[in-house]
Amino acid sequence: MYETNYHRASSVEEAGKLFTGSEDAKYLGGGQTLIPTMKQRLAAPVDLVDLGGIDDLKGIAEDSGALRIGAGTTHYDVATSDVVKRLIPGLAHLAACIGDPAVRHMGTMGGSIANNDPAADYPSALVALGATVTTSTRELSAEEFFTGMFETALEEDEIVIAVSFPVPEKSAYSKYPNPASRYAMAGVFVAKTKDGSVRVAATGAGQDGVFRIAAMEQALAETWSADAVAGISVDAGDLLSDIHGTAEYRANLVTVMAKRAVAAAG
Amino acid sequence: MGVEGIGARALRKEDKRFITGKGKYTDDKVLPRMTYAAFVRSPHAHAKITNIDASAALEMPGVEAVLTGHELVADGIGNLICGWMVHSKDGSPMNMGAWRALESEIVRHTGQAVAVVIADTQELARDAADAVNVDYEELPAIVSASAALLDGAPQLHPEAPNNLIFDWEIGDEASTDAAFASASHVTRMEIENNRLVPNPMEPRAAVADYDVAEEHYTLYTTSQNPHVARLVLSAFYNVAPEHKLRVIAPDVGGGFGSKIFIYPEEIVALWASKRVGRPVKWVSDRTEAFLTDAHGRDHKTVAELALDANNKITGFRVKTVANLGAYMSLFSSSVPTYLYATLLSGQYDIPAIHANVKAVYTNTTPVDAYRGAGRPEATFVVERIIETAAREVGMSPVDFRRQNFVRSFPHQTPVIMCYDAGDHDATLDAALKAIDYDGFPARKSEAASRGKLRGMGLSCYIEACGIAPSAAVGSLGAGVGLWESAEVRVNPVGTIEVLTGSHSHGQGHETTFAQLVSERFGVGTETVAIVHGDTDKVQFGMGTYGSRSGAVGMSAIVKALDKVEAKAKRIAAHLMEASEGDIQIEGGVLKVAGTDKKLSFSEIALAAYTAHNLPEGMEPGLKEGAFYDPTNFTFPSGTYACEVEVDPDTGKTEIVNFVAADDFGKIINPMIVEGQVHGGLTQGIGQALLENAAYDENGQLLSASYMDYAMPRADDVPSYQLLTTETLCPGNPLGMKGCGEAGAIGSPPAVINAITDAINNNDLAMPATAERVWRASRGALPQAAE
Ligand SMILES: Cc1cc2nc3c(=O)[nH]c(=O)nc-3n(C[C@H](O)[C@H](O)[C@H](O)COP(=O)(O)OP(=O)(O)OC[C@H]3O[C@@H](n4cnc5c(N)ncnc54)[C@H](O)[C@@H]3O)c2cc1C
Repeated sequence: MYETNYHRASSVEEAGKLFTGSEDAKYLGGGQTLIPTMKQRLAAPVDLVDLGGIDDLKGIAEDSGALRIGAGTTHYDVATSDVVKRLIPGLAHLAACIGDPAVRHMGTMGGSIANNDPAADYPSALVALGATVTTSTRELSAEEFFTGMFETALEEDEIVIAVSFPVPEKSAYSKYPNPASRYAMAGVFVAKTKDGSVRVAATGAGQDGVFRIAAMEQALAETWSADAVAGISVDAGDLLSDIHGTAEYRANLVTVMAKRAVAAAG
Repeated sequence: MGVEGIGARALRKEDKRFITGKGKYTDDKVLPRMTYAAFVRSPHAHAKITNIDASAALEMPGVEAVLTGHELVADGIGNLICGWMVHSKDGSPMNMGAWRALESEIVRHTGQAVAVVIADTQELARDAADAVNVDYEELPAIVSASAALLDGAPQLHPEAPNNLIFDWEIGDEASTDAAFASASHVTRMEIENNRLVPNPMEPRAAVADYDVAEEHYTLYTTSQNPHVARLVLSAFYNVAPEHKLRVIAPDVGGGFGSKIFIYPEEIVALWASKRVGRPVKWVSDRTEAFLTDAHGRDHKTVAELALDANNKITGFRVKTVANLGAYMSLFSSSVPTYLYATLLSGQYDIPAIHANVKAVYTNTTPVDAYRGAGRPEATFVVERIIETAAREVGMSPVDFRRQNFVRSFPHQTPVIMCYDAGDHDATLDAALKAIDYDGFPARKSEAASRGKLRGMGLSCYIEACGIAPSAAVGSLGAGVGLWESAEVRVNPVGTIEVLTGSHSHGQGHETTFAQLVSERFGVGTETVAIVHGDTDKVQFGMGTYGSRSGAVGMSAIVKALDKVEAKAKRIAAHLMEASEGDIQIEGGVLKVAGTDKKLSFSEIALAAYTAHNLPEGMEPGLKEGAFYDPTNFTFPSGTYACEVEVDPDTGKTEIVNFVAADDFGKIINPMIVEGQVHGGLTQGIGQALLENAAYDENGQLLSASYMDYAMPRADDVPSYQLLTTETLCPGNPLGMKGCGEAGAIGSPPAVINAITDAINNNDLAMPATAERVWRASRGALPQAAE
């Protein structure tokens, strides 16, 4: 790791000031991506602005038909929250599938979506559930927020404050983990909203990060059953290929995970 | 604690310090005025170095020195050696290219060290290493061993035309050819043994301290064999004569073979500590470990098995290409030859065997011994082809194996080894019973009803441990003898120190070796200390690898204990005015048989040291040393049975049951043995399902971190069922065979045989990733039970 200066902000405003006052700063969430990257000397911010002390980023609350989760909420808190388990059990399950206990106790939802790793789990839930991301300056739909592999719509100094998930009628997540990293090789989140529309989003497989699968959404809107998606495959041409799996194999996994997610949603 | 002798499940004495975080590892060593080393490493797999510019690094305050191969050569530091001479079948010696601890002309693998920075802090050393500018002219690289042999392939070393290190053979080609000419069935397979990265929990490290006034060096290092390290550093690398070099291997967090070898970094740390006049510490980071710890395996083999009309094996022909990487590591030449092809007879009576091994240079990390070293490669070839042959001729794999088992001992194989003892039916019977082999068809059809493919695979392994009779290995090219030493020191108060040349880096020697003493004298294990890992404290010894610490290291201790016991009995007889033959040792007391006369062990010890009343002519003291040179290898063997369920949708394999039935001869501490088997099985399952050192065609290691190198985790493996049977090894006093590597040796073929059975397709390479299994299984629908 290169030398860095550590700052702990107590409000969103203070964090923003510390950030803009530095020649090269980075926000620090749970540090589960940023710190390992710094240890490998692949990132070398002059200043680290820790968001962990900001109250506005904390908390999980039910809020007029939606579930609002502060950006600083850890994966462990999402996985074990009674409110999340009651309202969107698929989301609690997803959080429980992230990394290992140490990672879940430190890593945060804000950090995960700001990083937008193409193999991260949360992006699929945000897109499938039609979530809204509240930042220090604006509100964005999930699809506006995620713009490509490791890319988001966030400005340099913009801070994710919270994510609001409309409560669906039902939803579920099914993940096939990479055998080494245990990130998603393919993870599919399916959701049926209270008005009957269906959204299906896949992570881990796409070259540009999370993507929706229109053909599956249509099929499920007509018949909500695992069989409805069993014959639908995504185009392998747009998928990732690496030492763990070819694009063709990932395409298979997307279909299998979609089937399993639908079955799990019931 | 208390008296815990042979067979006791004594808790590990060393665990208090390990579990409470109080172990003392090399990186814990902090010396006054210590500096830190960081290496500048090649980003290319093959390139000419055109210039090294260290000026910017040298200007950074706190940087002591930037050293390159030029200074190293000028100071007379020797090239790295290979300690085992192998000759090609035409009689010519192996073709070995030069390996310098710091390369200044041509780099031959990614991560090779080209310079070292010595600085006040580790961070600074790394920053300065980044500031060293090295200009490279890239050369074409080659990573596949078979491609490296082809005309026109990039050439690594002028000493090795066509990248061929040796073209070696063993066995009788003519009689093998004759067996094939008259065979009624021939099974032929192409078999690959995937390259692995050892990944001990503690990465390598060195702290080197040069004392100017005494012209003496001390090296703290992560070594499995500190005396051998000292010998090689002295005799070949010219760092210092042996009496001016102390090597200490303190607590070491795992080795699996990778810490046998003396690497460039340890040599450079010693040399640099004299150059800068301050202690130098180097600690490998995980990326350096992936790139520079000697890798394991990496064989490509074509194997053919000849059967007669009764399905009796008549001949076995094996051609292997072994990838040794960019340089010949310390024992690299022995691994694909004498540790591999000598085991190709497996548990079977095979009249004719011929093997040919070509060892090849490529632009990859050097390959050397890794848990099992040659024997996992042999076992994989043998047990895959045995299983396949049985399937091809329509015989049950159990009956086919039984029909070909070796049943009378000693058994001379056609490939040097002479098996001394064993009972292959006993381990096979035990494994089949434990896994409920007969109930498998019902379980298979039940799994099919859930859409899962269930398979059963066996592996009947035999391996060679206790490495090895010195004269025998000497005649085969080894540069060292492979005996072991021990000294038993009874203190005047009766406590006992055992100085052993073996080295414990996870094996629990402090417990097991103490149990030997406890058994012998009836004293508590808490009164026994095992001393190892310091060349200033312990007499020369050969260290720990090849599952030798029990069969060889403990045999040396037994010999020393015999001498101590004899002397103690003489003293007791003298003091109690009895005849020596009447003295018995029981519960820490020496008694005169048939009387109530007795003296405690500590009273005898004190008498030995006060020397007021010793038998006529006896020297004072109670301290004896011994060297033990084994008379043969030892031959652990067993049967592993693996039951898997494959998810045909994803290709994911789950091991639902795994039985290991091992014959390790005499077992001292069953708990520790089980731990060794658990670890070995898990490494073997890791190789079979997950682990792979993958290079791209330019020689970049794609799996150079845990994001991409899949280590087995607890949830990848089942709860193992372990059983042991016992035939004593006739070659050593305790009858021990060794247990450290068997799990890693025997398990991969059991797993692959099970998966190929489940998916009904025999064409499956390791690691059997989900995608590979998915592809191989497509079309193979769940079958009803036979
Ligand atoms: C061993 C391991 C296994 C893992 N496995 C998984 C897995 O299976 N699935 C998965 O999805 N993830 C996995 N992760 C990643 C983990 O979920 C991280 O927690 C997450 O990606 C980043 O969150 P963080 O809070 O740790 O952010 P940090 O690492 O602190 O920051 C990540 C990035 O986000 C920025 N950032 C952080 N918070 C905010 C904010 N509120 N507003 C704006 N920018 C912000 C930072 O500046 C930085 O650029 C794993 C990580 C590890 C170490």
